[in-house]
Amino acid sequence: MRFDATYQDRTYKSVGTRPVRPDGVDKVTGRARYGADFNMPGQLVGRILRSPHAHARIGSIDTARAEALKGVKAVVTADDLPDLSNGDQAHHDLLDNCMARSTAFYDGHAVAAVAAVDARTARQALKLIEVSYEVLPHVVDVDEAMLPSAPVLHDTIFTDGVDPRPTTSSNVAARSEFGHGDVDAGLAAADVIVERSFKTEQTHQGYIEPHACVASVNSDGTAELWVCTQGHFVYRQKCADLLGMDVSKLRVTSSEIGGGFGGKTHVWMEPVALALSRKAGRPVKLVMSREEVFRASGPTSATSIDVIIGARHDGTITAASAELRYSCGPYAELWAELGAMTSFACYDLQNVKTVGYEVLVNRPKTAAYRAPSAPMAAFAVESVVDELAQKLGMDPIAFRIKNAAREGTRSSYGPVYGPIGIRPTLDAAQAHPHMHAPLGPNKGRGMACGFWFNFGGQTCTDLNVNADGTVTLAVGTVDVGGSRASLSLVAAEELGIPYEHVRAVVADTATLGYNDMTDGSRGTFSSSMATISASRNAIEVMRSRAAMMWDIPVEEVIWEDGHAKAIGASYGNLAPLSVREIAEASGKTGGPIAGHSEMVADGAGVSFATHICDVEVDPETGSTRILRYTVIQDAGKAVHPDYVEGQYQGGAAQGIGWALNEEYVYGADGRLQNPGFLDYRIPVCSDLPMIDTQILEIPNPSHPYGVRGVGETSIVPPLAAIANAVSNAVGVRMTHIPMSPPRILAALDARTKG
Amino acid sequence: MYYERPETLQDASRLLAETKGTAYILAGGTDLLVRAKSDHFEADLMVDIKSIAELRTVHHTAEGFAIGAAVSCADLGRHAALKAAWPGVVEAANLIGSAQIQSRCTIAGNLCNASPAADSVPAMVAAGARAIIAGPAGMRTVPVEAVPVAPGKTSLGQGEIVATIEIDNRPPRSGDAYLRFIPRTEMDIAVVGAGVSLTLDETGTIQSARVALGAVAPTVMLVAEAADAILGTRLEYAALERLAEACSAACRPINDKRGTVEFRKKVAGVLARRAARIAYDRSRGA
Repeated sequence: MRFDATYQDRTYKSVGTRPVRPDGVDKVTGRARYGADFNMPGQLVGRILRSPHAHARIGSIDTARAEALKGVKAVVTADDLPDLSNGDQAHHDLLDNCMARSTAFYDGHAVAAVAAVDARTARQALKLIEVSYEVLPHVVDVDEAMLPSAPVLHDTIFTDGVDPRPTTSSNVAARSEFGHGDVDAGLAAADVIVERSFKTEQTHQGYIEPHACVASVNSDGTAELWVCTQGHFVYRQKCADLLGMDVSKLRVTSSEIGGGFGGKTHVWMEPVALALSRKAGRPVKLVMSREEVFRASGPTSATSIDVIIGARHDGTITAASAELRYSCGPYAELWAELGAMTSFACYDLQNVKTVGYEVLVNRPKTAAYRAPSAPMAAFAVESVVDELAQKLGMDPIAFRIKNAAREGTRSSYGPVYGPIGIRPTLDAAQAHPHMHAPLGPNKGRGMACGFWFNFGGQTCTDLNVNADGTVTLAVGTVDVGGSRASLSLVAAEELGIPYEHVRAVVADTATLGYNDMTDGSRGTFSSSMATISASRNAIEVMRSRAAMMWDIPVEEVIWEDGHAKAIGASYGNLAPLSVREIAEASGKTGGPIAGHSEMVADGAGVSFATHICDVEVDPETGSTRILRYTVIQDAGKAVHPDYVEGQYQGGAAQGIGWALNEEYVYGADGRLQNPGFLDYRIPVCSDLPMIDTQILEIPNPSHPYGVRGVGETSIVPPLAAIANAVSNAVGVRMTHIPMSPPRILAALDARTKG
Repeated sequence: MYYERPETLQDASRLLAETKGTAYILAGGTDLLVRAKSDHFEADLMVDIKSIAELRTVHHTAEGFAIGAAVSCADLGRHAALKAAWPGVVEAANLIGSAQIQSRCTIAGNLCNASPAADSVPAMVAAGARAIIAGPAGMRTVPVEAVPVAPGKTSLGQGEIVATIEIDNRPPRSGDAYLRFIPRTEMDIAVVGAGVSLTLDETGTIQSARVALGAVAPTVMLVAEAADAILGTRLEYAALERLAEACSAACRPINDKRGTVEFRKKVAGVLARRAARIAYDRSRGA
């Protein structure tokens, strides 16, 4: 049956309720199995040897003494992961990041790995591997890396997107540009212009569960991988590519996941675990330590951003422009491009231009982090918007409302918007009691808006109706935020059965068709669409079975309230058939009943949020406390409101940590100084107020229930909202994130002296 | 690595004295066990002193308090007399880590871990606490500030164990306080710490004072100039300013991942001023 994804207004029985999640009991009783909780017979312990240098040419690696150690079953280096990239640069970079080939590009870059009978032997073996390094000059700062004097990481990099192509290599991998109109003319027409430069330091997603996997390669070339990931189908594809395996021969099972936030969308040590197992002939478990997670998984970019915005006295923005420089780690990626696309997406602008530069540095390969690249751009832009409103003497919300994008606006990155939620979130903020609560001394209030694209992508779902009328739903998007509960609600809604009759599981790669990862806020958006489609397909089957049971034409059977009903006066005496009655008879009516769905879930629907934050700053120590925090965001339709609120609160909590304390600190030697939660400060419970949420529902026209992704947008406004609040509290514009106490105190001292 | 759990101080000392390898004393283990998980940790012997009965009690005598080296910080928080006499010391001990950590960690361990940022140490130094050290040659007593000599290093010889922390009883009109600066609200390590202990005369004038600073030098500092700045005063505004200046001037901090030199100098003065106010109010029974 052709699937119609168009939004239909309706009333819901299950969707929008808040039942207990199916994975909840396992999680609170410790039974849930995470990445490191899986074990296989004969399993070995893997450990990785990592570069102590920020940048070093690898001369030789002598593994003989390690291999000779009793209990060591395999030692691998880049030689055991041959380059099969065949000119595919992204493939090569991924391989090089998993195991350094000729050069270690950052402190923590893997150079060798061992598999041994126990952890102690593996640790000893690492110490017996002799690596000769030629230490090279390094650069870790995004601005310094762009200087002509900077050490160049790759002499093969000539900035893409510049015409004519540069003749000398540099650390600037690419330039991107977006916008429309004439910024110079727009600025000339402005009455007030604000121009500022900003920096944000590198942060890590800070997921509590470290990367972990168990790999088992059999002698016949088949293999299994149990792994903590946001996308097991993608991991399967990447690992098969890197190791030269047939996709069908690698079966990947995703474990429960203790947080990912984008960091578990890339493979890190999983190909190494497979290579160790292939060489040792035994299963290998590889679990990163926290230190390894910080040094050698994928934090987000450090940035340096310039913004200029001009406006007329009446509050109309006449022009806006930004230049964004994002660090990428040692390999070219598209983080600045995403920042350049999102910078001004909240506003309806006549003249706008953004330019992004992807900058290579001697830091770990950068990975996605929840609405990747948008929070830093929003910090810079929303800070200038706030300052501009102050200079114009306008209320910050009124100024934003005046310039807010709306349906039909041509966005700063190109597309024309359909129905969107920026204006309603601003209206809700203006009406919210938080905006009108009084503030005492040393306190400040800030607000900011944020945008995220959202994503749909390839999705495949199976729905099986069991003989007792209960339903098993097999989905391929990893459940990172309660999606099994949400998808069960959706199946219950469509079939007209109780939520408790549906059990959702995340299927492994051998038992379901391909699914893209749980990223881009797509999990519930796309899998709910596929679940609706699969449910409707199952209903079609049940209608035909009911028709068979009644011996009437299928056209005269409808589905209503969880039952097949015969329509027409002549069938008045036929009692409706329940799912259970149809299922019980299925053995005699054609066999098992199932609904399947394979699709590309298009039309994810952009997402907007407005956040309000109150802070108190101790003027003598620069210490900031978040006193009150409110998130207002468009969810399209909140399928399970608890988990929508959880996403809003989680994004705000991560943003608070990023804004105030989290940062990668490198020493002069280019080594990471704080690879642990003691000195990489994510917020603890007592650092956070209860984060208040308000869900707006502006239906997404491209989803049957109007659902939009909700997972990422919530981290976009916090840096800006908190920076505006702190700036208002201390009377100095804060331009460097995190606003750690030493930075705030230094800014206050500079003002006193200035 | 060998793990030993002796039941007498003599046995513990002997085990430590006789080992040829790297040995550690395990009390609460809240620093040691974390370090032991690191790839870089090597040890041949761990001596757990928690089974030594005499180290597990707090004795309160006519002279003062004798706190066994294996008494947890949470237990100190439950000792009413100690809390009444030395609220600053007890508060400092119960700022360390979380409730779970406090139920294991000890002030003797905090001292011997020799971190300049140890929370309980500035409070102990301000309190004039002494460490009773047991060793192969018998017992000796030193001021607690003589135990750490550099980050991670102590003056203890091989076979020596800090067995007891002694703190005197309080004369009337006395009070102490400890404050630390952390970027978060809890579960954090001091960027600056300040301990102040005061005794007043009947007119409210400061008769004796001790001021100690943490995390602003390689070891916790006893700052005599800071104490001098408030002696003979009633902690008026000018005295507090002099105290803050003396503390800022005495600091010898470094720039590191936790803070800058300028930040630590300034905040050392701020915290000493605030801690002195609390100690003064406590001395007056306010």
